[in-house]
Amino acid sequence: MTFAASTLPTDEATFAQLIFGAPLLGAVLLLFFGKRLGKLSGIIGSATVGIAFVFGVLSFMDLTSIATGHGENARVLTKSWFTWIEVGDFNVHMSLVIDQLSIVMVFVITGVGFLIHVYSIGYMSSEENYGRFFAYLNLFIAAMLLLVLGDNLLVMFIGWEGVGLCSYLLIGFWFEDRANATAAKKAFVVNRIGDFSFLLGIFLLAVSAGTLTFAGINESAVSGAIGGSMATVGALLLFGGAAGKSAQIPLYVWLPDAMAGPTPVSALIHAATMVTAGVYMVARTFPLFEAASFDVLLLVAWVGGATAVITAIVAAAEYDIKKILAYSTISQLGYMFLALGVGAYSIAIFHLVTHAFFKALMFLGSGSVMHALDGETDVRRMGGLRKVMPITGWTFMMGWLAICGIVPFSGFFSKDAILAGAWADGQYVLWGLGVATAALTAFYMSRLYLRVFEGGVVMPEGTHAHDAPPTMAAALIPLGILSLAAGALNFPGGLTFEHFLEPVLGEPEVAHGLTAWLLGGAATVVAVGGIAVAWALYLRAGGLQVRDRTERMLGPAVRAARNKLYVDRTYETLILQPGRDLAVFCTEVVDRKIIDGAVNGTGKLVAGSSELLRRLQTGYVRNYAAAFLVGVVVVFSILIVRVAA
Amino acid sequence: MTSVSPEYFLALAGLMFTIGVVGALTRRNAIVIFMFIELMLNAVNLAFVTFSRMHGTVDGQVVVFFVLVVAAAEVVVGLAIIISIFRRRRSANVDDVNLLKW
Repeated sequence: MTFAASTLPTDEATFAQLIFGAPLLGAVLLLFFGKRLGKLSGIIGSATVGIAFVFGVLSFMDLTSIATGHGENARVLTKSWFTWIEVGDFNVHMSLVIDQLSIVMVFVITGVGFLIHVYSIGYMSSEENYGRFFAYLNLFIAAMLLLVLGDNLLVMFIGWEGVGLCSYLLIGFWFEDRANATAAKKAFVVNRIGDFSFLLGIFLLAVSAGTLTFAGINESAVSGAIGGSMATVGALLLFGGAAGKSAQIPLYVWLPDAMAGPTPVSALIHAATMVTAGVYMVARTFPLFEAASFDVLLLVAWVGGATAVITAIVAAAEYDIKKILAYSTISQLGYMFLALGVGAYSIAIFHLVTHAFFKALMFLGSGSVMHALDGETDVRRMGGLRKVMPITGWTFMMGWLAICGIVPFSGFFSKDAILAGAWADGQYVLWGLGVATAALTAFYMSRLYLRVFEGGVVMPEGTHAHDAPPTMAAALIPLGILSLAAGALNFPGGLTFEHFLEPVLGEPEVAHGLTAWLLGGAATVVAVGGIAVAWALYLRAGGLQVRDRTERMLGPAVRAARNKLYVDRTYETLILQPGRDLAVFCTEVVDRKIIDGAVNGTGKLVAGSSELLRRLQTGYVRNYAAAFLVGVVVVFSILIVRVAA
Repeated sequence: MTSVSPEYFLALAGLMFTIGVVGALTRRNAIVIFMFIELMLNAVNLAFVTFSRMHGTVDGQVVVFFVLVVAAAEVVVGLAIIISIFRRRRSANVDDVNLLKW
């Protein structure tokens, strides 16, 4: 596998700090003056992200204009501000890097981010804390950009924690409702478990590799400077962090609850960008994973595959429109990890990009539905909405077909490439998991789409559905087009996207020739099959009877899926309850009895003994005089005895 | 000149001191206690004089003068206190004056 070595000459990245600085400036501005700026804050917030996008384009032009005289790998721009930590030979620079991988991420973040900001102008228009919302959103964009632009693990970690913070703030944006605040806390705590693992990984690599730059770490991994077991532990720790941020088994439980936040937040943070940070991180450090003596990548693939299937099952049983999309996001992230695990790094990034388009689109679409139906989220109370709100309906259809993997929508190409990568890697079981997920995905997304947008019009009573206002439509339409057309980035034959990323991520191994066609055909067949089943169950007359019959037949399985496979309950029993018991033990026994006991006991001892001793102080001079006498007699006796001796 | 052995003087001094201590501790009337204290002081004076004589030095005699002076001063202050207490309480019983405690 080819790899960009750190010794290559690099050029100065002129715009890197501006990409990251624009939204940061916006965040600062809005945090301090958001209230006074009122409705202007939405425009400012969107504009800064738009400016960041423009700087991204300029950087991209810089990047492509570099003479490739040093070989293909030379296309790296760096920008170093200052030396942050300097201890002996160990240095950490506050520096940014623009290469093919980070520029792709910059485009996704600022591009999709900009559209979601514009959407939020309409979606949040009746919100009291309008300025605060955009301040957090801008801060998030800045942190996410720092995450992908950082040229070493520590700078990445700043962004990593920054996006975690913004995620917390935005999930709990309506914190007056206790449930939202709890969801935010849950997301923060679960993420913290992953972050802890990530941090340990950083420490380990700082010690074993002596550097934290991606280039340095990857180089040591390739040259064997980081030993097999060291690389194994390091890779496992980093993957632990990735699993937390990207909501993989066993740390995915926070993401469905994160839907408590405003819908644009779900679209931006919990579908398109932040949750893909783990995928990005593993792709960045893939040589380390490959150098591990234990097959960490296989573990990554299995975790991804298992997550994909399991959460797809849960998604098929959910009724809350946002929760379905949340489980779907976890499932698709599982796909990306599956791709990483079979060595198809650039395909994982490709799926990340297409997923960012179609999932952000569907979240925004669901937000538009909720906006129209006074916050209704239960799909059972919706139907035929495409007739009522055509823009939302048609664009949602783009997203639906893309995630189902129908030719020529973008999802087809990325998903097909992942499956082909798994096949080419010889992981036929994982390929099977992927196909099963594809079938389930097609089923549950069709279930969602057909229920909500097709058939007879169903709306909660008293709602006057209306289509998306202009600013929201302005985000939906471009994302719809991208969901349809983003496959063009990486058409089979051209594979522009993969070749673009090749200098950073190497060339993925995929099936060729007839196999590729057969695999693609199989994926399409299961996708169409999934859609057909959903159509038969939810749209065709008499589907309800079939549904009832199936549900009775599969009783326990359906019940398990409706209860989210009892995962939350298991965590509750195995982790939360013992934790709570320990806390109670600490307060009731350790604190109240042992610590308070020691403190109060000291006081009681003093009080008790003084109670006894003060009896000596009678107030009768005679008694004192007697005490003197006794004292004098004792002292003299001692003196006499000693003199005599 | 026949001289009485110093042991007798010391024994007398010890006896007087003991009587003084027991009296001072057991009696309740402040005036009487005072008198017993004077008895103890004089027992000590007697012992000083005896030792002074035994060793042929004047140190003990000098100390006796100091004791007498201090005792006189003490009597002045002590009697004044007793009288003022008596004026307030119509009693010279020391057990009535036991407020100085916890």
